[in-house]
Amino acid sequence: MTAAIAFHGTSYRLPSGAALVESLSFEIPVGVTLVLLGRSGSGKTTTLKLMNRLLEPTAGELLVEGRPVKDWDVIRLRRRMGYAIQDVGLFPHYNVERNIGLLPAVEGWPAARIRDRVHELLALVGLDAGIVSRFPRELSGGQRQRVGVARALALDPPVLLMDEPFGALDPLTRAELQGEFARLQKRLGKTVVLVTHDLREALLLGTQIALLDAGRLIGLYTPAEFMRTADLLAAAYRHAFSAQDAGGDPA
Amino acid sequence: MNFLDYLLAHPREVLTLTLEHLSLAGISVGIAVLVGVPLGVTIARRPAIANAVLGLVNSIHVVPSLALFGFLFAVPWIGERAPRMAILALSLYALLPILRNVCAGILGVDPAVVEAGRGLGLTDRQLLLRVELPLALGVIVAGVRVAAVLAIGITTIAAAIGAGGLGELIFRGLAMVNTSLIFAGALPAAVLALAADLSLGWIEARLRERV
Repeated sequence: MTAAIAFHGTSYRLPSGAALVESLSFEIPVGVTLVLLGRSGSGKTTTLKLMNRLLEPTAGELLVEGRPVKDWDVIRLRRRMGYAIQDVGLFPHYNVERNIGLLPAVEGWPAARIRDRVHELLALVGLDAGIVSRFPRELSGGQRQRVGVARALALDPPVLLMDEPFGALDPLTRAELQGEFARLQKRLGKTVVLVTHDLREALLLGTQIALLDAGRLIGLYTPAEFMRTADLLAAAYRHAFSAQDAGGDPA
Repeated sequence: MNFLDYLLAHPREVLTLTLEHLSLAGISVGIAVLVGVPLGVTIARRPAIANAVLGLVNSIHVVPSLALFGFLFAVPWIGERAPRMAILALSLYALLPILRNVCAGILGVDPAVVEAGRGLGLTDRQLLLRVELPLALGVIVAGVRVAAVLAIGITTIAAAIGAGGLGELIFRGLAMVNTSLIFAGALPAAVLALAADLSLGWIEARLRERV
């Protein structure tokens, strides 16, 4: 089966020549949740943005459903990949219904179908239907993230790209949303690419973990493999994580 | 002698000149909006040329308005009629605040909102019409407000080239050293400027509170 997304020696360099990601080669099979794990500046977000062509590879190839990303109509490509980011970026002048329904609307769906879809999605992300007429500024951080995920799912895309979608939340709300998302993911069976620096999140949600450092892929692991690999960076993550869990000082 | 003497004695003339004044300023601001919004959107996406365009439009403001009205005599078709010259000059003046605010408004939209819209698959046009322009509208209207007050003020000078408007009363009053005549021109002009400022300010506030 063709991989949902495949990197073949893909690089992204700034015009100044600095490489943000360098010679990435890995495949994301259909239906897996791949977590891009790494510290700030490791190239996680850059890798994600290459997939929906918010950035264009400067070298190497990137295939989506077996087709080079540059051969895709960029709008088609993006509408097959839901996109949810840490800052959410809800449209502040639209209420919840229009935020979620914007893409179906520009796709020309009839109003009744959009309304049904919005209600279906709200139920899916655990929001009350009474919320539809609220504006983003009237929502809590957790509600905003849920609306952001619902909006990303509006066109039922086969792929979902998420850039630290739970990063800006308080720990309790984050844990709640992570748990719900894990259940949602089992139900929907989409291919998910999730950027995070949080190992707990990576282990909870990932079926595969791609560890990045300084723009390079250090390794690709299942959560179980990640917990026993001898790689030093992975070991450092485990150490920081267990220290944090024990309430101690990660250093 | 009472300031209001002339105004009360010739209400019809003052009203006619007020309407003339309003249409000169209104048409000019309208043209400036029609030119300034598309131009502002264009340069907002191209920072390299934005400064050059803003600098050029800014340099128009360096020319004293009385002289600018005069220079336009030499321009074919425009120079044939005073109102045409007045409208062109006023549009040029009104262009700067509109252009600057369209640019600032578009660039001021939360980058996360733009990135989300782009990443979700909105086309450039959909992003502009459904996200960027609506969110920039408050700032754009603020620019139109400045342009309108500016245009209403400078329109008084257009009477110097015979374009009409309330400036006629003021210039006549100056020549005759007649304060009542000057006042009959200045008071309605001030009221127009105030009304434009308040009404556009109200619209601006309503637009901004949504964001």
